[in-house]
Amino acid sequence: MKLAILQFKPRKGDVDANLAVLGEAFAQLAAEGESYDLIVLPEAALTGYFLEGAVYELAQDAETFAARVAKLWRERSAKRPVDLVAGFYENASGTYYNSAMYLRVLPEGHEIVHVHRKLFLATYGVFDEERFLSRGRRLQAFDTRFGRMAILICEDAWHAIMPTIAAIKGARALIIPSASPGRGLAGNGELESVRYWREILHAYAVEHGVYIFYAGLAGFEGGKGMTGSSRVVDPRGQTLAEGPEIGACIIRAEIDFREVDLARASLPLLGDLASVLPDLLLDDELLPALKRDALGVRST
Amino acid sequence: MIPVIDAAASLPSLEIDPGLAARWLEAFLRDELVSRRGTPNAVVGLSGGVDSAVTAFLCARALGPKRVWAIRMPYRTSSPASLSDAQRVVDALGCNVATIDISETVDGYLRQEPNADARRRGNVMARTRMLVLFDQSVKFDALPIGTGNKTERLLGYFTWHADDSPPLNPLGDLFKTQVWALARYLGVPMEIVDKAPSADLEADQTDEADLGISYAKADAILASMLLGYDDEQIAARGFALSEVSLVRKRVDGTHWKRHLPTTAMLSNTAINEFYLRPVDY
Repeated sequence: MKLAILQFKPRKGDVDANLAVLGEAFAQLAAEGESYDLIVLPEAALTGYFLEGAVYELAQDAETFAARVAKLWRERSAKRPVDLVAGFYENASGTYYNSAMYLRVLPEGHEIVHVHRKLFLATYGVFDEERFLSRGRRLQAFDTRFGRMAILICEDAWHAIMPTIAAIKGARALIIPSASPGRGLAGNGELESVRYWREILHAYAVEHGVYIFYAGLAGFEGGKGMTGSSRVVDPRGQTLAEGPEIGACIIRAEIDFREVDLARASLPLLGDLASVLPDLLLDDELLPALKRDALGVRST
Repeated sequence: MIPVIDAAASLPSLEIDPGLAARWLEAFLRDELVSRRGTPNAVVGLSGGVDSAVTAFLCARALGPKRVWAIRMPYRTSSPASLSDAQRVVDALGCNVATIDISETVDGYLRQEPNADARRRGNVMARTRMLVLFDQSVKFDALPIGTGNKTERLLGYFTWHADDSPPLNPLGDLFKTQVWALARYLGVPMEIVDKAPSADLEADQTDEADLGISYAKADAILASMLLGYDDEQIAARGFALSEVSLVRKRVDGTHWKRHLPTTAMLSNTAINEFYLRPVDY
């Protein structure tokens, strides 16, 4: 499978201008001899991430978003088929989500394969998603023509249980569109927030034997620098490519899903987990612990 | 134009941190020789090649050079350079050295087998060296330390119950190219690191000519093979299919060489089948 990650730098709130830039990127990809199979874009790719109340003006329903992106690809690629993943703010009949879509673009028409709605809405410090958005309720893995995958959006992937559930549901690749404002200057030439991403994605890839396709939004938004750092991690945890922290880029990668089988054969942690997890989840201390104010109350 | 970054392939890396490897192997040698076996002395058969040089360097670092006996065991056809290269190691380390010529022992037997071919003669030399090494270890109240590397073990390029017989082997999980990296780090004399590896059982013999493939290629192919990649996947990484199958054939034909003798199981107390105890129990 030939993968491209488009580390995209949008202009805040200007969907038409961003579509024009995206069209140029599509044309650049299509101008290469070989066809791409999957193109991944970051979270909130065509609007920028920090929208506050403007999210209601810019959110689109899934079908409208799909049709616009699919049409753009067809126009710029001489109608080559491709699969696309992109983050967008979704208006689902008046309920608003931070979503990402897996879209199959065909020579005529398109098919929405899956829409993931972000479950963990970042709402602390600089983040304020839950003030404006509703959270998704389900984490699903879904079948693509390249095998089963799952989408996690940004903070979704900061909770280790999310990649765990995705992998148990059969995902062989985790697609992670993200918008991560950089912070923390103490780390040896690497922003601390970038280092954190690098470390957890490495750990997920190794523990579950999955590919990670991480697409980071780029560019500054009102002083907050989105850290790009898009990356491809293979199922043994090797980072195969990493985008820069600043600015747009395209990462090209050749993906061979047989690597997943080989990685899981040499480190069968996912199989072990699937066997043990029911015992951990059915533990009769778990639900009472969750019902208590688990983070503050000392257990007696 | 948006700048493009091409992803690397998922390749097993042969790179090692030689400082870490040296530290780890010194700890291994000290633990086995001093803590576990109470025999803080080592004998190493020093051939003049890089494997035994690295082994001697590691032993000297782990135990101190005065607790290391380097045994040179030339045969009358051995290259003189082997002897002098071994001396470079002794000079660099300041360890003990003994030279025991195996010609008479080997020839004493081979006189009765005048038709033995080069392979048989080489095996007799290797097994004679094993005999000498074990006897010298008793003499010096020491243990013989093996020098076989992972590449030769996987390719079966060694004499069974000879090169592989010492009870401890620090290099057995390092590919040849990794041994070279470790040798450079340890300061093994460059004449030894840079020369073409040879078993020196026949004149002008080299390992790579014997094997039909370079160590650099063999190691890269083996590293992928051990992780489960099939021949076509490995060949796609820039090797001829014939090179990949040469390596696979050697590995698949020598599994027995990496085991103890096959014992007929006759009871439900068969040793190492039913009756199981760890080596350090």
